[in-house]
Amino acid sequence: MTKLDVNGRVHEVDADPATPLLYVLRENLGLNAAKFGCGLGQCGACVVMADGEAVYSCLTPISVLEKRKIRTLEGLGSAEKPGPLQRAFIEEQAAQCGYCIPGVMMRAQALLERNPNASEADIRAALQPHLCRCGTHMRIIRAVARAGQYMRGKS
Amino acid sequence: MAWRAAAALATVVILAACASRETIGLDPVPKTFPREQVAKGAELAHLGNCLSCHTAEGGKPYAGGTPLKTPFGTIYGTNITPDAETGIGAWPLAAFSRAMREGVDREGRHLYPVFPYDHFTKLTDDDVAALYAFIMTREPVRQENRRNSVPIPRPLVGFWKSRYLEQVRYQPDPARSAEWNRGAYLVEGLAHCGACHTPRNSLGAERKDQAFAGGEVEGWHAPALNSASPSPLPWTVEALRAYLRHGIADRHAISAGPMVDVTHGLSEVSDEALRAIAVYTVSLDKRSDDERRRAGEAALARARASVAVKGNAVYDGACADCHNRGRAQEGGALELPLGTALTIPTPRNLAYIIRDGIVPREGDRGGWMPGYAGALTDEQMTDLLTYLRALGGQPAWRDVASEVRRIAKEQR
Amino acid sequence: MKRRAFLQSGGALIVAFALPAWAQKLPGALDRYPQLDAWLRVGADGRITVFTGKAELGQGIKTAILQVASEQLAVDMKSIDLVTADTAQTPNEGYTAGSNSMKDSATAVLNAAAQARELLIAEAAKRFAVAAETLTAQGGEVRTADGRRVSYGALVDGKTLSVKAAPQSKLSRTRNVMGKSVPRVDIPAKVTGGAAYVHDLRLPDMLHARVVRPPSYGARLKSVDTEPESKMPGVTVVRDGSFLAVVAGREWVAVQAMRELRAKAVWDEPRKLPQDIYATLAKLRTEDIVIAEAQPAFGGKVFEAAYTRPYQLHGAIGPACAVARYENGALTIWSHAQGMYPLRGAVAELVGLPVERVRCIHMEGAGCYGHNGADDVAGDAALIARALPGKPVRVQWMREDEHAWEPYGPAMITRMRAGLDGSGNVSGWDYGVWSNTHSTRPGRAGDLVAGLHVEKAFPPSPPRPLPLPDGGGDRNAIPYYKFPAARVTNHFIPEMPLRVSALRGLGAYMNVFSIESFMDELAAAAKADPVEFRLRQLDDPRARDVIRLAAERFGWAAYRKENGRGRGFAFARYKNHAGYCAVAMEVQVERELGELRVLRVVAAIDSGEAVNPDGIKNQIEGGIIQSISWTTFESATWNDTRITSRDWSGYPILRFSHVPQSLEVHVIDRPGEPFLGTGEAAQGPAGGALANALAHATGVRIRDLPFNRARLKRTFAA
Repeated sequence: MTKLDVNGRVHEVDADPATPLLYVLRENLGLNAAKFGCGLGQCGACVVMADGEAVYSCLTPISVLEKRKIRTLEGLGSAEKPGPLQRAFIEEQAAQCGYCIPGVMMRAQALLERNPNASEADIRAALQPHLCRCGTHMRIIRAVARAGQYMRGKS
Repeated sequence: MAWRAAAALATVVILAACASRETIGLDPVPKTFPREQVAKGAELAHLGNCLSCHTAEGGKPYAGGTPLKTPFGTIYGTNITPDAETGIGAWPLAAFSRAMREGVDREGRHLYPVFPYDHFTKLTDDDVAALYAFIMTREPVRQENRRNSVPIPRPLVGFWKSRYLEQVRYQPDPARSAEWNRGAYLVEGLAHCGACHTPRNSLGAERKDQAFAGGEVEGWHAPALNSASPSPLPWTVEALRAYLRHGIADRHAISAGPMVDVTHGLSEVSDEALRAIAVYTVSLDKRSDDERRRAGEAALARARASVAVKGNAVYDGACADCHNRGRAQEGGALELPLGTALTIPTPRNLAYIIRDGIVPREGDRGGWMPGYAGALTDEQMTDLLTYLRALGGQPAWRDVASEVRRIAKEQR
Repeated sequence: MKRRAFLQSGGALIVAFALPAWAQKLPGALDRYPQLDAWLRVGADGRITVFTGKAELGQGIKTAILQVASEQLAVDMKSIDLVTADTAQTPNEGYTAGSNSMKDSATAVLNAAAQARELLIAEAAKRFAVAAETLTAQGGEVRTADGRRVSYGALVDGKTLSVKAAPQSKLSRTRNVMGKSVPRVDIPAKVTGGAAYVHDLRLPDMLHARVVRPPSYGARLKSVDTEPESKMPGVTVVRDGSFLAVVAGREWVAVQAMRELRAKAVWDEPRKLPQDIYATLAKLRTEDIVIAEAQPAFGGKVFEAAYTRPYQLHGAIGPACAVARYENGALTIWSHAQGMYPLRGAVAELVGLPVERVRCIHMEGAGCYGHNGADDVAGDAALIARALPGKPVRVQWMREDEHAWEPYGPAMITRMRAGLDGSGNVSGWDYGVWSNTHSTRPGRAGDLVAGLHVEKAFPPSPPRPLPLPDGGGDRNAIPYYKFPAARVTNHFIPEMPLRVSALRGLGAYMNVFSIESFMDELAAAAKADPVEFRLRQLDDPRARDVIRLAAERFGWAAYRKENGRGRGFAFARYKNHAGYCAVAMEVQVERELGELRVLRVVAAIDSGEAVNPDGIKNQIEGGIIQSISWTTFESATWNDTRITSRDWSGYPILRFSHVPQSLEVHVIDRPGEPFLGTGEAAQGPAGGALANALAHATGVRIRDLPFNRARLKRTFAA
């Protein structure tokens, strides 16, 4: 049994400790947001946060994540009560197929928590590990910048 | 007080000995050059990796501005485009040649030896002229040089030179093949491999007595290329040639850290030059064929054994999935006992690679190791590095934990 | 989709609905499904259900169809349920492809909803005994002038909408919802971790499977020791000839077992992949189809050029996935493929069931941009599920499965010759395009990868050129300009060295890239401004409008060239009968580094009446960025045996650092005009504009794709 703190709740997970977090999030915990994209750390679709940092959940075994605070997109709000980043993505209509978006958003969340004043150049640089095939990049950049405004307004 | 007076006197003496030189600038600067000469210069520029130190991230090629961190402070690569005012557009060949071989700029000031004129001094006149032709036909960029933050007065550089700069052209060794001599000329001269792979003394000069014994650059360890080579599988000419050409060699390594720019440059040079470099470099390893063979067999045996081993939680989960699959398999990566990063004297390279991964330039195809930044705690990283070191069959690194903490504090 | 092909794949329903030849054509897909209740139903509770045979691919079609229905029925969008492609519920609209969903499906819903509204009003008129003209429909009710109301639910019975559509509809002219940038209905779930994709479908007792794909095309499984895996608890190995799969209760277990099996499997691999692909294509047998016949006379100066485009991937970010359940002799498949009815036919053949025993339900996947691995993985899931009756099986491809096995956009060659007359206009034009087919869609079991690998392998459908006016390799091969004489030949190449099929835009990307590049070469020879050169050879006022708008917003006339920078322009009307798109672009080139960056893009789009202007912008922005990626970076690689571009490290695409600094899209709305579709309008013009900007920046015309670092360095070093 591995203890995982996901979105503020501690779960006892029955899985091989070498299992990548992604499979545990999706299968054991029934979470949808983190996506399988490549399993190689090349596309970013699986990215979640661990202790405030963006990590590839497809590559990170749960064995190293005990006692860490894991956050997924589900932890940022819901469709009914979207968090600032989610609100910004909805307002900018920053998705087409949307498959890459949860990973992009978690990287953006980690960036904005570290630096809510992130400039457009900072946002572009931070998102370099992420692929978006639909070409939604302009909207993603705008949405992250807008979320930065919301977070600054709050703090 | 006496020592102070003595020091002052010494300084005066040194300064007098190291006074600046005259300005060159009266000769007219040619505008055009023969095509073949420019093409030759292009190849030489790639061999010398001029681009790397003279181009800032996202900046104009050869326009300078690149920060080069040295133990003495940050020095910025200069604008070597042919812009007359901010670059070297007003430099006649004589001035260019003097800078390359003597480390003196057109106005007669000493250049800091981070510009490796101690190597370039070996260049032939023809090669200097070809490089000049190439540089002078680049796009001129108006961009002022950045001020350096090095607290060393330039005249002191003259003193440094008087001790460490030996102005001699390359002398071929008639006992060796033409290819070996060509390689030696390139490695010792233009390619300035020793600038990173040879350890430096407290004044920043290469220790000739320890040539190619492994050096430090930008936080990375540049592995030894001599008999102390840490490469688990001793380099062969063919493997090294492939590595320099493609930035990756089967059963050896993917180029990482500061070596990436070098292999990018070398990916564009002739096969003849790469082979020559490989021939000379491999000859630096003086171990007998038998010794090399035994070392290689031992490494391969460790590699074979490693893919079946489990026992470290971090490795089993994060690394084994690719590295235990065997390189020949889909998605398989290097068996880690073959990795030089495990056998060098410091865990730093390995820590950087695990943290940041090895990712090709945007748009390039290439080997890909994902970065684990954020995924591992310092303790887990320490644990993993220690485990991998043992996997490489080496005695433990000293004080891995504090090295990891130090790296964690560095700005990524 | 052509009618004949439609009938082939559709089955009995269509025949029943086929109209006699004398009947007037009904709008959009109503023509095939004229029953109103095929498109919408009103429940007794007043809830409205709209049915479309098209699928949401991330292009926003759900939202647009809901907008259209909402406007015409005068109800809030929230009171409408939308059912998309499902063989048990919706019309058979073939594939969701070709930018046809607005033209076919939204047009059908628009008219069906308008007619339904009129029927509801007529029914209310009877109830209230007033003239229909005095009644209004609003908020799910019909209201009389004096304030009496009756809900839609109370007005309908089973028969009300069970009528054939009339040729003419009384379309509502209100624009409360249509024409508005209504937020997309699918986005909230996608940005909050809702179940949005087939990948997220979890059925009780669901198993996970992975397929051990052969290492290369045509490889045959000689031997594999499945003993150890078969003995693992809860693990099942499924083998049928060279089709090898492993099933487990846990997904990660399935992945690991697949890798173990793959490491052990021994294959016979043919070594037959050609190295010089363009020389190979040029030598293969062609079927030459002349699609524009005028015999050009080349007076004056004659110019020639040839262009090439490599194999390019769809490259979905999420590898293909499907869930299948075989129960009581019937198979249900949840899939993100583009055509549920065609898939049903192929899968039924693959597993040997009558089509009536197979149901295919569309769920979203990662963006597909054409025919990728989605159908294939559904075939995989069907085969595996059949071996495990009663258990739902979820199959997801690994990254290397997608990269190595998806059918690529075909490599193509175009060659052209044109003359300029004394006034600098094109006097004659001769154009040829060499290409494989642009559709190997199922169809048949042999069109699925699994169908080729099972012991009793199925033959793939014979490759065929897609006919005009849409075309395949020749899509947009006929120039839209008013040249005095143009001859265009489609050199269709039946033999396919690599697996290929429909990639967004089909031949249009390459043909528009070629034509628009060549137009700039000709404009330069004519010493004409590229925009003016195009305008003076175009009659269609809507074409001229998008060109003028893009040029004006870009600041074309006032542009001042800087060193290392350049501007480019291109235009096309997609398929020559759909959306109009013009793109202006500014690039920066670092010759020394082989570095090409797009700085600024301005596009203008006219896709008829704009139902959702922001949705159109989103599609055009995406099309442009995707095209920048294709044009700058992308090509598949292989050796004599295997595909070597097996993940993103071997097939690099655009990342954030190459996203333009600014990208503007201007929508020309044409209220009342037919919907023309948007999804594929931008790729060709974006590729052409980029090529022209590169040439303007450097003075060097590059005619071979992609414009990657290696090619630029090679070109500028020469």
